[in-house]
Amino acid sequence: MDIWLQLISALDSTLRLATPLILCAMAGLFSERSGIVDIGLEGKMLAGAFAAAATTAVTGSVWLGLIAAMGVAISMALLHGFACITHRGDQVVSGLAINILAAGLSVVLGIAWFKRGGQTPSLSGDQRFGPLELPLAEALSDVPILGQIYADLVSGHNLLVYIAFLAVPLTYLMVYKTRFGLRLRAVGENPQAVDTAGISVAWLRYRAVIMAGLFCGLAGAYLSIALGAGFVRDMSAGKGYIALAALIFGKWRPVPAMLACLLFGFLEALATRLQGVDLPLVGQIEVQFMQALPYVLTVVLLAGFIGRAVAPKAIGVPYSKDRA
Amino acid sequence: MSKGAKLPVWADVALIPLINVTLAFLAAGVVVALIGENPLDAVEVLVRGAFGYDEGVGYTLYYTTNFIFTGLAVAVAFHAGLFNIGGEGQAYIGGLGVGLVCLALDHLMPWWMLLPIAIAAGMIFGAAWAFIPGYLQAYRGSHVVITTIMFNFIASALMVYLLVNVLIKPGQMAPETRDIAEGASLPLMHELFAQVGIKITQTPLNLSIFVALLASFLVWLLIWRTRWGYAIRMIGHNESAAVYSGINPKKMVVVAMAISGSLAGLVAINEVMGAQGRIVLDFVAGSGFTGIAVALMGRNHPVGIILASLLFGALFQGGAELAFEFSTITRDLVVVIQGLVILFCGALAYMMRTPLERLFARFAKSREAN
Repeated sequence: MDIWLQLISALDSTLRLATPLILCAMAGLFSERSGIVDIGLEGKMLAGAFAAAATTAVTGSVWLGLIAAMGVAISMALLHGFACITHRGDQVVSGLAINILAAGLSVVLGIAWFKRGGQTPSLSGDQRFGPLELPLAEALSDVPILGQIYADLVSGHNLLVYIAFLAVPLTYLMVYKTRFGLRLRAVGENPQAVDTAGISVAWLRYRAVIMAGLFCGLAGAYLSIALGAGFVRDMSAGKGYIALAALIFGKWRPVPAMLACLLFGFLEALATRLQGVDLPLVGQIEVQFMQALPYVLTVVLLAGFIGRAVAPKAIGVPYSKDRA
Repeated sequence: MSKGAKLPVWADVALIPLINVTLAFLAAGVVVALIGENPLDAVEVLVRGAFGYDEGVGYTLYYTTNFIFTGLAVAVAFHAGLFNIGGEGQAYIGGLGVGLVCLALDHLMPWWMLLPIAIAAGMIFGAAWAFIPGYLQAYRGSHVVITTIMFNFIASALMVYLLVNVLIKPGQMAPETRDIAEGASLPLMHELFAQVGIKITQTPLNLSIFVALLASFLVWLLIWRTRWGYAIRMIGHNESAAVYSGINPKKMVVVAMAISGSLAGLVAINEVMGAQGRIVLDFVAGSGFTGIAVALMGRNHPVGIILASLLFGALFQGGAELAFEFSTITRDLVVVIQGLVILFCGALAYMMRTPLERLFARFAKSREAN
């Protein structure tokens, strides 16, 4: 029974840790499927986290915080689009610029506005997204196994966790079942064909990066006003890059990408739990090993040693009409 | 890229980069103004902090040394059309090589005998950490950008593990190795000056700045005066043309990445063998990323890189002074400037091109009319 409870609690934190990864992976999916490399997930999430915490601290409203996070992340996405789509700049360089800008600006503005060494005031009570009790969770909690899973694992998360898991089918439907999605995938594979069909490549790609900004904003808000209670410098701590790894690991498809996020989230949840624990056969597992594992797995996958991850064909190539 | 023929060479080589850098600094000025401080006052503090007294100059040049190494590393890869974001990890692993060699041999020989061995070790370790992504790009088709990002994180985890569990000096809490024996670490500049009777304030500046200048010259020689350099530039410009002229692009991708990594590994000469005198956690401290801004600003040319490194060295040192003068600005402003430089000199590099071309065309027309 003890192991069972431990498993439930490990899976519970897996969901919490995977949430920002899933949101960022869906963000990256829209952008990269349209042919725009997005290593700026990290920066957009960080900027969103700062905007959410700062706005909520000043206004007291989580909703305004959430809107601010999405607004700021979308404007950074538009900057990325302006550089890569309009001016055909290097997409990796632009993404990197966004990451560094976000890391710098969030601290500079935080220090200037709140005078707490880069942190925002800590939030409490209804200034955060609190846990939601799903209907009947209380009543079913005595039912063995299924009831417990429902009450302890599925219920009791904050709103943004549920939004993240809804974002996956939503992304799937948008990308695979709508006209926009068909064109989005086409523009990432063969922009010339899309252009020939009389559809604007630039406008499609702008819409894709806006979607990416929106999801990154949600991920940022989750970090600072749902999971955390305020902004701390560099609080995204590489999660944007892990999400990028998960996106590649899932071969740029929504459901596999989500599974990769859950796997990486589970590894992280496990890493803290296994600290100092002696396991049969293997002995102690080092935290650093677990931390490095997502990156190692992604490198191995990309190298084609387990399956093959093939990127959208036109990814990273700026489109110009006169090139063909 | 649009056809460059319309612009005179000087505009392409000097004017556009200058405009882009100016735009980046103007944007930084807007940020300062937004905070409610006077940007010109901030500039004055920066310049005074970086060059106003000998300690400031020492620190400025000490930071400059790191940025020259990482800037050169990024530039060599850029010439081959590769984007090496992994300078951070390569420098970190280079530190492992330099540190191991120094800790093993420091009781056997003085620093000037140890230096060439340490340089070789740092270069080999850094090169190895870049070789794998290079190899995977050339022969397994994974993209070097993604792999080098992943390798930064793997390097960081590996070094934390080694410092906490293996290399730590017994009986201490901080995850650091023991100090390199006196006489085996690189002499600091103030010690050298003291020997000839000149007194300057103690700073971490050490002999490795000369290693950096030598490396800049050698990179210039490599890129513009050797077969390898020619092949590297060739695959960067036009891979199929390179194949027709008998160059093996796969091999050159690996070679370019290894050279790039070996240059990044040299940061450890400045930090591990020089300034710190031991391996400490996170001694690279973002130099790998600053190298990207430096290479973009210096247009991938060693002279440009030295100048851009000096500018960023001054920003880092002067930036440290900002917090003393203003209650609202800290050195983090330099990170913003770095991001803006990468944005304007890198991602938006072509933005000013079309308007300038129009301007020059109008000039030419009006001159014809006269």
